Amino acid sequence: MSRQTLLHKVWDLHTVRRLPTGQTQLFIGLHLIHEVTTPQAFDMLRSRGIDVALPERTYATADHIVPTLDQRRPFADELAEQMMAALERNCRDYGIRFSDLTSDHQGIVHVIGPELGLTQPGMTIACGDSHTSTHGAFGAVALGIGTSQVRDVLASQCLAIDPLKVRRITVSGKLGKGVYAKDVILEIIARLGVQGGVGYAYEYGGPAVDRMTMDERMTICNMSIEGGARVGYVNPDETTFSYMRDRPFAPQGDAFARATDWWTSMASDSDAVYDDEVVIDGDAIVPRVTWGINPGQSVGVTECIPVPDTGSADAIAIREALDFMGFSAGSPILGTKVDMAFVGSCTNSRLSDLREAAQVVTGHRVASHVTALVVPGSKGVLRAAEAEGLDQIFQEAGFEWRGAGCSMCLAMNPDRLEGRQVCASSSNRNFKGRQGSPTGRTLLMSPAMVAAAAINGEVTDVRQLLPTGA
Amino acid sequence: MSTSKQMNQTRQIDRVEGTAIPLRGSNIDTDRIIPARFLKSITFEGLGEHAFEDDRQSIPNHPFANSAFRAASILLVNENFGSGSSREHAPQSLKRWGIRACVGESFSDIFKSNTLAIGLPCATATADDIEFLMAIAEQVPCTTMEFRVETLVLQAAERSVVLDMPRGTRESLLTGQWDATGLLLDRFNEVRTIAASLPYVKGF
Repeated sequence: MSRQTLLHKVWDLHTVRRLPTGQTQLFIGLHLIHEVTTPQAFDMLRSRGIDVALPERTYATADHIVPTLDQRRPFADELAEQMMAALERNCRDYGIRFSDLTSDHQGIVHVIGPELGLTQPGMTIACGDSHTSTHGAFGAVALGIGTSQVRDVLASQCLAIDPLKVRRITVSGKLGKGVYAKDVILEIIARLGVQGGVGYAYEYGGPAVDRMTMDERMTICNMSIEGGARVGYVNPDETTFSYMRDRPFAPQGDAFARATDWWTSMASDSDAVYDDEVVIDGDAIVPRVTWGINPGQSVGVTECIPVPDTGSADAIAIREALDFMGFSAGSPILGTKVDMAFVGSCTNSRLSDLREAAQVVTGHRVASHVTALVVPGSKGVLRAAEAEGLDQIFQEAGFEWRGAGCSMCLAMNPDRLEGRQVCASSSNRNFKGRQGSPTGRTLLMSPAMVAAAAINGEVTDVRQLLPTGA
Repeated sequence: MSTSKQMNQTRQIDRVEGTAIPLRGSNIDTDRIIPARFLKSITFEGLGEHAFEDDRQSIPNHPFANSAFRAASILLVNENFGSGSSREHAPQSLKRWGIRACVGESFSDIFKSNTLAIGLPCATATADDIEFLMAIAEQVPCTTMEFRVETLVLQAAERSVVLDMPRGTRESLLTGQWDATGLLLDRFNEVRTIAASLPYVKGF
């Protein structure tokens, strides 16, 4: 069959039946779980006397509440300890594989899935976390779900769900020096809006995306949900296959060759029909920084914070954001003082992110008023970074080098902002209160831009700090 | 295999009647509905009292801090309500606060899934109609409104506002199959057949 998108092909292959309600019963190939959104789901199963249908298709890790300094059990935080203990018990009771804190594979669910080769092209993937869209980088259809739907997937390995439309986003050209995947997705969200993707899956492609590594594609797909799209994906190609090769859970030997044939066949047809198409000029993208309280409120680092136009629909939202941030309309974002710098999160905590930040940091010192943290996305990333000495580079510059987890992206562990602190952050959300202080302020940017802000103590154009020729 | 009646918490939802609480503003995310620190629990209990905890402290006259709306059961919102995190804790906190239905200009996709999964009807209406409904609720908070799932109409102050929701959502509410577990288990042999047909399940 031709003219089909990857989304439609995957959707059709995983459709069990059309439910009497009209929704699709969609089979889920991989269910990833963590400690925050699952305890209630397991309790519901117990109270109904239902078993986990296919425990071998579920994989657990601990990430949200994991302390990054002292991981000894029991945790100092009793509530965190309770959640950890509940996940341990649930995995034990139902025979679910679990990368706990003693495992070499522990880390953020959206970092370890790909790293272990659990995430594969052509799969349907669900996880009780909105950033599940990350796994779409491999050409999977990956859906963020809530706890009752986690219960449904545990019980039946299926979701009741309505189909999605597909918007093709082509990023043309070539990214300039100091411009990263994070800047591309911030540009896309600024252009299409934080609700532009509601009802859609975003398919990313074009020359700039074709050239990207898997880490970069994951950054883009990760933030699809910030643009309102529950699903984001990139068609699988040679870059995908070479990443997959020799991963612990990837097909091995002859099966790998058969797998690549199938994965290739799942990519959107060259004449696929889309519900909408958008072209973004990759050559024109510059390093971006958010100035507001949602990820759509960003500007180029050399641009000014917008002025609310009286009468425009955005004026109220812009004023609310400026009030919360304490910023003046029309003033430059460059030079905005920061108190904290955070390199981490499921968006930007992979080895290449750490390398990009380290490249900027080398030979510099973190500004005296800034507290700077690097939180690798997984133990795998941590080990690989240490093997190439990145931890030394960061620590010599005055960064703290921490254990793997979600950390200051949402501050469910001890890492958080205090009062009205401003944080240069490589995470995904600048919502009010997101980093643990109800009045704390977040500026989203690439890991390299976070490194630059940490060194200068203020929002800085990373292009000025990069060695020439880099 | 048990029947869906045993597997589900089945309850048909065809109407919600009550007063309304107007919450103005677009892109109100789930971190604002329930800040992450309240997710540190292995149950959903007690979430109702923390709905909009930080907004109630920082925004003057926040509707969720206004006693005139304390008995409200229909939440009126603007655009992209419930964006951000997939935390079901957000609709759970609204439901436990007393909300029984949401009407807004638009909602995020995951929030729509989560509200349906806990039997909290969520419908859209035009910006003009939302403005009309919000104005009534602000002027006369004790105005009773009636949300009818069957006809997709919100009756308020002798005006019928047209609502919209996906067909599958409406059917799920009307038939009591919004809790989908039983429905999804009904024909599990078909699930096994699909699983067995997938190359990655077969090991290529």
